[in-house]
Amino acid sequence: MWIPDAVLDHVREVTDEPDLSATKYRIVRALGRGGMGAVFAAHDAELDREVAIKVSTGARASGDLCERLRAEARVIARLEHPGIVPVHDVGVLPDGRVYYVMKLVRGERLDEWARGRDVRVVLRSFRRICEAVSFAHAHGVVHRDLKPENVMVGAFGEALVMDWGIAADASRPDPAVAVAVAGTPAYMAPEQARGDVDARADVYSLGAVLSFLVGRDAPKPLASIVRRATAERADDRYASAADLAEDVGRYLDVEPVRAHRESITERVARFATRHRVILSLVGAYVLLRVLMFVFAR
Amino acid sequence: MRDVTGSNDARFPTTRGSAVRGARSGDAVERERSWSVLVAGYWKPAYKHVRVRWSASREDAEDAIQSFFLRAMEKSFFADFDPARARFRTFFRVCLDRHVADAVKARGREKRGGAVATLSLDFDSADDELARAGAAAWESPEECFDREWRRNVFAIAIDALRAECADGREVVFTIFERYDLCEGARPTYEELARDLGLPVSTVTNHLSYARRALRRIVVSKLEEVTANDDELADETKHLLGAR
Repeated sequence: MWIPDAVLDHVREVTDEPDLSATKYRIVRALGRGGMGAVFAAHDAELDREVAIKVSTGARASGDLCERLRAEARVIARLEHPGIVPVHDVGVLPDGRVYYVMKLVRGERLDEWARGRDVRVVLRSFRRICEAVSFAHAHGVVHRDLKPENVMVGAFGEALVMDWGIAADASRPDPAVAVAVAGTPAYMAPEQARGDVDARADVYSLGAVLSFLVGRDAPKPLASIVRRATAERADDRYASAADLAEDVGRYLDVEPVRAHRESITERVARFATRHRVILSLVGAYVLLRVLMFVFAR
Repeated sequence: MRDVTGSNDARFPTTRGSAVRGARSGDAVERERSWSVLVAGYWKPAYKHVRVRWSASREDAEDAIQSFFLRAMEKSFFADFDPARARFRTFFRVCLDRHVADAVKARGREKRGGAVATLSLDFDSADDELARAGAAAWESPEECFDREWRRNVFAIAIDALRAECADGREVVFTIFERYDLCEGARPTYEELARDLGLPVSTVTNHLSYARRALRRIVVSKLEEVTANDDELADETKHLLGAR
């Protein structure tokens, strides 16, 4: 039989749509497709709310992808943090595919959200990303695929780290995950390509994300933060995501950042910026006194 | 003449598990059945690939396909396949290209028509499909091969679904055909229900059943033309879902 291209695309799409008839969820629309599965917006009929459902693309429940999706759900369930999307439920569909249900995040991807936005607003959200990643590290979880496309930013600038599909979980070491080279090359630490990963690989990726956010013309202290976070050797980077967040915080508070040695001129410029209100008042006072002196003569 | 599936109208032969592994089996029956599965699953995209990639005439392409499968069976071409290095589909295409390149080189040394036609294959339907798909629109021969392979797997699976529904569930296939295989404007569920004298809920339930059954059949066909679970998962991901 002949199947025209448009019909073929339609049939491929509807054939892949998960059968949720045995669950309380109904598909509303497709949201996206990643390496491990497809994500759909769905309606939870019992709680009358929209949720997001990630369904594995693996063909069987025992398949590697299905196991990895289960592992991803377990990792996220352990990480209760405002910067990490919560998981509500995990299950298996009649055809053997694994799914998990999570909060439907309404917002924009970090790369789209940051476009044209004030850099200080963007940096505040970046700090929240670092805090979420730092929380995961404290629980033995390394994300391994941090990039702007894997972060969603909500209406109030709240950042949510998504897609923990290839995360390494120290509490449940999986040899397959440990040796697998996974991640996105542009954001991947050099040692990650060799399968040698600890929390500092995420620090590198966060540095690469920061570099993307601040662009090539970043002020020197910010550029130094990027350089230290993305150092070739893991030992030369910030020891943790929290340290990186702290240095970005210093920059936001117009304090000297640890990654950057200031020149005298830079120090004076920073002093002037930090105390610009007082300096403006003093300047205005001096000017007033000068004017009074001139006109009194 | 070897009796294999030459067109999608015939039943797709089945194996127990992977035909890629079965083609190397020591059991002659299993080997024969596995070869039938591989020929049915690949001859059409292979023929179209030779026509597009090598700008071959119909006669040359027919000869190339016949001689390729004949030599692949005799020389156990696919015994070297290593699933850790590539998908079977890619390996198959590389073997085919190598075979056609050798045939082009040898063209001056032997008369065309040297290959003995041993497979009953419906080349008319393949040519007709090639004309309809518009080869000029394809970006590359590799994409053409992949697309035609997807089309062939679905064509085989839809025929299998039709056969499965022939045992008294014809209405299930009718609904699937009129809704999901519709080329123009899709009818509404209400229109289908009115035409078939069924409640709307029955129409949607039948449609849902047909889609689940089609997915099951597609996955089982993929299981036959892949070597292991990893390749199966990879091909499932590649095949299902619109781009």
